[in-house]
Amino acid sequence: MAFITATDLSLGYDTQVVAKNISFSVSKGDYLCIVGENGSGKSTLMKTLLHLREPISGQIKTGDGLRKNEIGYLPQQTIVQKDFPASVREIVLSGCQARCGISPFYSREDKALAKENMERMGITDLADRCYRELSGGQQQRVLLARALCATRKVLLLDEPVAGLDPVVTTQMYDLIEGLNKEGITIIMISHDIQAAVKYASHILHIGDRIFFGTKEEYLESEVGRFFIMQQRGGEKNG
Amino acid sequence: MDKLIMYMQYPFVRYALIVGVLIALCSSLLGVTLVLKRFSFIGDGLSHVAFGAMAVAAVLQLTNEMALILPVTVISAVLLLRTGQNAKIKGDAAIAMISVAALAFGYLIMNIFSTSSNLSGDVCSTLFGSTSILTLTPGEVWLCTILSIAIVIIFILFYNKIFAVTFDEDFARAVGTNAGAYNLMIAVIIAVIIVLAMNLVGSLLISALVIFPALSAMRLFNNFRAVTVCSAVLSVIGAFLGIIISILAGTPVGSTIVAVDVAVFLICYITGCVKGGIGR
Repeated sequence: MAFITATDLSLGYDTQVVAKNISFSVSKGDYLCIVGENGSGKSTLMKTLLHLREPISGQIKTGDGLRKNEIGYLPQQTIVQKDFPASVREIVLSGCQARCGISPFYSREDKALAKENMERMGITDLADRCYRELSGGQQQRVLLARALCATRKVLLLDEPVAGLDPVVTTQMYDLIEGLNKEGITIIMISHDIQAAVKYASHILHIGDRIFFGTKEEYLESEVGRFFIMQQRGGEKNG
Repeated sequence: MDKLIMYMQYPFVRYALIVGVLIALCSSLLGVTLVLKRFSFIGDGLSHVAFGAMAVAAVLQLTNEMALILPVTVISAVLLLRTGQNAKIKGDAAIAMISVAALAFGYLIMNIFSTSSNLSGDVCSTLFGSTSILTLTPGEVWLCTILSIAIVIIFILFYNKIFAVTFDEDFARAVGTNAGAYNLMIAVIIAVIIVLAMNLVGSLLISALVIFPALSAMRLFNNFRAVTVCSAVLSVIGAFLGIIISILAGTPVGSTIVAVDVAVFLICYITGCVKGGIGR
């Protein structure tokens, strides 16, 4: 039984379908990259996996001991967060909100967990700094630490390297790879096809044509070869 | 000073101080959340709705105006905060629309069905705060005290959830926090505060009570808890000084409080600049 099994998903807003016939499954320890052109429905798929919106048709099943809200989420930054007066500690601790249930305050274990995850992400010395003063890479580490407080099993990352410079981008990918080796399942949306084929174990390509399989299968497939070639061409022209 | 002690002998001055300080405290607590959620103007919009409702209540000659004003304002607050998510008319436009429409209709109704001989006086006092803060009955003071304590307790109990929902609603919902319910709670509380605060500063100046303390505190502090506490302290000081000055100098209560809040903001802004300049 896989962690997450999606069958025949159709996604969209109201009645407008942006992606259909998506089927895939994610098992424990997988590193799945979701790739595709802009507007192909990657973010909508992520919101559906998080149960923030309902699919138009098809279904998502969680299994293998994974509960619905045991998914850690690293969202893209919103405007609200850019000037939000909050310390790193407060933000990481807010990842524990599901653990404390109806209790209004965070317990000692929650605080210990937050501390542990800040150490894991190497941001302990930033704990009292203000989130808005941090660099892009540091902010992503904070949000990653928060996501780790919410889960020990699955992380969903929405373009985790958007807006980061090449050095920080590599550090970020290494960090995520490390978490994957520790046994955390990764599902990542990415624009960066090179990194996707370098790090991922499985690829889900959505768009006009849907592909799901292991990285090796993707590199052999027509969809994959065409998309990689197109991206390279785009980079050269740009 | 002697004059002040003399005034403090009168119960109506003490009532005004108690109610003013409590309302300022409550409005500043939620102010931080509203400013950060980009809903600074909701206080303004809702107070105009309350003004419209008050006009209708006056025309219908209801003995208990609150029975109409409170539910109408609460419903508007819920509708306005909901539009933030996915509506055809976006948050700020919706607030502006409801706010001016309620203001216009309120004045229109008061004008057509006027029962009072001093219409412009009535309108002016509802818009800019009346002297009614100085004519409070003990019953109203108790009601205000109980509601304020309830709001403070709710805020403390749900402080962590309010922070989580304000900072990142999608994340909160993804890990199973019922963000919709907390948004609803914030909407209801803000509506109650605004109806209470209409007595104090009038419906045109309410936004000042909500946003100035929050913005002042944000100049000085870098974490959410300190900003919230500081905003509450500044708001209480502003209301207290404002009421005292207005009594001593004979100025209108509402505008004096707002003027003090503006002055506090300027001081905080300059302090923030100086601090930031040295820090960097």
